Amino acid sequence: MSDLKTKKHEPVIHITKRADLVWYKAWIIRAVAVLAALIVSAVVIMLLTKENPIQIYASMIEGNFGTERRIWVMLKELAILLCVSLAVTPAFKMRFWNIGAEGQVLVGALGSAACMFYLGDSLPLPAMLILMFIVSVICGIIWGIIPAFFKAIWNTNETLFTLMMNYVAMQLISFFIMVWVPNGSSVMGVINPQTKSGWLPEVFGQKYLLSILFVAVTTIILFIYLKESKQGYEITVVGESENTARYVGINVKKVIIRTMAISGGICGMAGFLLVSGINHTVSANLAGGVGFTAIMVSWLAKFNPIVMVLTSFIIVFLQIGAGEIATSFRLNQSIADIVTGIILFFIIGCEFFVRYKINFRTKEKEEKNA
Amino acid sequence: MQENAIELKHITKRFGNVVANNNVSLCVRKGEILSLLGENGSGKTTLMNMISGIYYPDEGHIFIDGKEVVISSPKDSFKYGIGMVHQHFKLVDLFTATENIVLGLKEKGRFDIKIAKGDVKAISEKYGFALDPDKKIYEMSVSEKQTVEIIKVLYRGAEILILDEPTAVLTPQETQKLFKVLRRMKEDGKAIIIITHKLHEVMSISDRVAVLRKGECIGVVNTAETNASTLTEMMVGKKIELNIERSDVVNPADRLVVENINYFDKEGVKILDNISFTARSGEILGIAGIAGSGQRELLESVAGLITVASGKITYHDPVTGAEEDLCSKNPVQIRDLGVRLSFVPEDRLGMGLVANMDIVDNMMLRSYNDGKTVFVERKEPKNLAERIIEQLEVVTPNAQTPVRQLSGGNVQKVLVGREIASSPTVLMAAYPVRGLDINSSYLIYNLLTKQKDSGVAVVFVGEDLDVLLELCDRIMVIAGGRISGIVDARTATKEEVGFLMTKTDGGLANE
Repeated sequence: MSDLKTKKHEPVIHITKRADLVWYKAWIIRAVAVLAALIVSAVVIMLLTKENPIQIYASMIEGNFGTERRIWVMLKELAILLCVSLAVTPAFKMRFWNIGAEGQVLVGALGSAACMFYLGDSLPLPAMLILMFIVSVICGIIWGIIPAFFKAIWNTNETLFTLMMNYVAMQLISFFIMVWVPNGSSVMGVINPQTKSGWLPEVFGQKYLLSILFVAVTTIILFIYLKESKQGYEITVVGESENTARYVGINVKKVIIRTMAISGGICGMAGFLLVSGINHTVSANLAGGVGFTAIMVSWLAKFNPIVMVLTSFIIVFLQIGAGEIATSFRLNQSIADIVTGIILFFIIGCEFFVRYKINFRTKEKEEKNA
Repeated sequence: MQENAIELKHITKRFGNVVANNNVSLCVRKGEILSLLGENGSGKTTLMNMISGIYYPDEGHIFIDGKEVVISSPKDSFKYGIGMVHQHFKLVDLFTATENIVLGLKEKGRFDIKIAKGDVKAISEKYGFALDPDKKIYEMSVSEKQTVEIIKVLYRGAEILILDEPTAVLTPQETQKLFKVLRRMKEDGKAIIIITHKLHEVMSISDRVAVLRKGECIGVVNTAETNASTLTEMMVGKKIELNIERSDVVNPADRLVVENINYFDKEGVKILDNISFTARSGEILGIAGIAGSGQRELLESVAGLITVASGKITYHDPVTGAEEDLCSKNPVQIRDLGVRLSFVPEDRLGMGLVANMDIVDNMMLRSYNDGKTVFVERKEPKNLAERIIEQLEVVTPNAQTPVRQLSGGNVQKVLVGREIASSPTVLMAAYPVRGLDINSSYLIYNLLTKQKDSGVAVVFVGEDLDVLLELCDRIMVIAGGRISGIVDARTATKEEVGFLMTKTDGGLANE
């Protein structure tokens, strides 16, 4: 009778989908996840570095909020990440896997840099800035609609297409830098350092304030666009089901191309802000991977632009904090990355528990079966 | 008294707060056919999944041949001689029948497909299946595929067979053939459980009937001692009228004239072959046919979702008398012409509605573009949503609930409600009651009849021939993309329609 032995083969854990979770319970789960992440990271820090984890965390906060300058730097980083996250959102909401934000930002930056390089101070500043803005946005749009066009007409795979467009954009920048900087150093210095032509002006003595305001306004506009406009409604329908879109007569091709134009355009704007508002120069790694981080930010916020402020803050906080502990404790950058990794793992992982419930085998049930 | 093949005692299964099965006890004897009857969501499938090892019961015991067993995986269930034939077939298209039957068996040593073929033949002959063991699955009709699935479980030595709605995809003739085979298996001492919600089939095939309602076993009765209306009452919990009141056709006028349309799919296969018919106002035109005979493409070509290769689709405007050509127009262009065409597609959540949107947003799917501003207007859709929820008794917490959280019947009410709300002149509905319980089904039938009475030309694609014959005025039968006949629903018989369903050019499809 081998049957008797197999008798209590009830699985130890069942996973079931939650019907619906009250919103505050979901937030309790997320808060617990952050707490757990901090505790686990603390243990790891202690084991690996013998440093006091409380001090490490304090230093992360210090790195972000320590001085007024640091706060502005943090806000600037936040603005750029948020801007690109906003840019990818309409595309992802339409289930168009745009992983080419990096390239779209770069060509936008290239557009602005070209204006600054070729026009010098021949135009008054406001006209110059408007022109740069338009050129950058158009560059971003072009970079966005090329894959969209191929997707709409020939149903090519947009993931590969947008990815490859990133490399084209990088090479394009390297090419122009070679042309613009004849000495062969292939490093573009600050453009127009004396005249500051094409530089976003300081407002209230703050260099980054104008860039931040740009992004803030974009956040609100995009929020309204996605939620209340007819075009936003079309994006949702196409993303959820192309068949439904066909059924109600939405022109799917048009929506794909138009949405990617918006996505690329906002990326182009981010490129403009990077060149005009922040760096005043251009390089092939100007975007620094922000186009990829933005995808995570957008998904974590479930495509809600307002929530994206929070999710991009979390990412930026971790990045800056990690850099800070690496320098102030003279630790290897790796420990910072480990901490960031652990925290992100918990934050993303807890979404599983928001959606699913885990049932353990209980004692009493076993007794009943016995 | 025959021996019990399988016995369930006090089985309970919960999913979160939902009790899918509550304290269910029943048994199946050797050499017996037991029907498991119940509405959707009454727990039939959950119960069978526990026997076949897909779920594990929270409480209760299972006995096979009088001994208690634990079934915690499909492998265990297989070990105890339980075989389940699912509604959706799990076959490899490019393999032959025999290859599919032996697929996944783990036997030691060299495998001889010839011996297997012989075994398959032997099983076929024993029970009277008509199956060519060398035929590839992709060349098979639905009923042949089902035969392969049944032989597969028999080949593996199943003594207890579970069939999940086996007749849903079959014509009446095929059903009779299947029943003949099942009776032979019964004589051979097999225990058979058949899940169905067609009452007349229950009456004709089974020895006993177990009725489930809301997860509980309401009772087990001998088929000989009961009748359809008693069973319905057990199933629903109250007496309900199972009659469709068919009104007479008043002043029919041509509304939609389809002439010689042809349509090819992407691979160049002819899906619609020279189809011509007329839908008249104040009349329900039924469309019968085996699933996949071109019904979907036919409706989609009228609705403007696909473009036909040739032919003419003309709409006669009841007010102006104008004739509009609908060919090669998309749904928006058709609407702009003033053609009020409503379409309830087969795929509700994949086409008719957006599953993740709430009821209000789904209401404006067709009308979102109406206002003059760039913003969507949600006030009117919200009122409409609330009206539909009230009038059609949609069970939902509120109008802001995503439709994916509603049950099948309520999803369908939302969809049909929206399509009727636009006061159509032509209403096309594809399988509108698929997956709905009896109450909801009759509600939908009555809604369609009401539309017909108000002068709408209704086109109804259905699968239950009894319903088609009761509800419709005329029935158009299509087989393999061609019209094989148009009959008067008041005089035609089920056999007649069933015969037309399999009548394709190359003789009968399933012989």
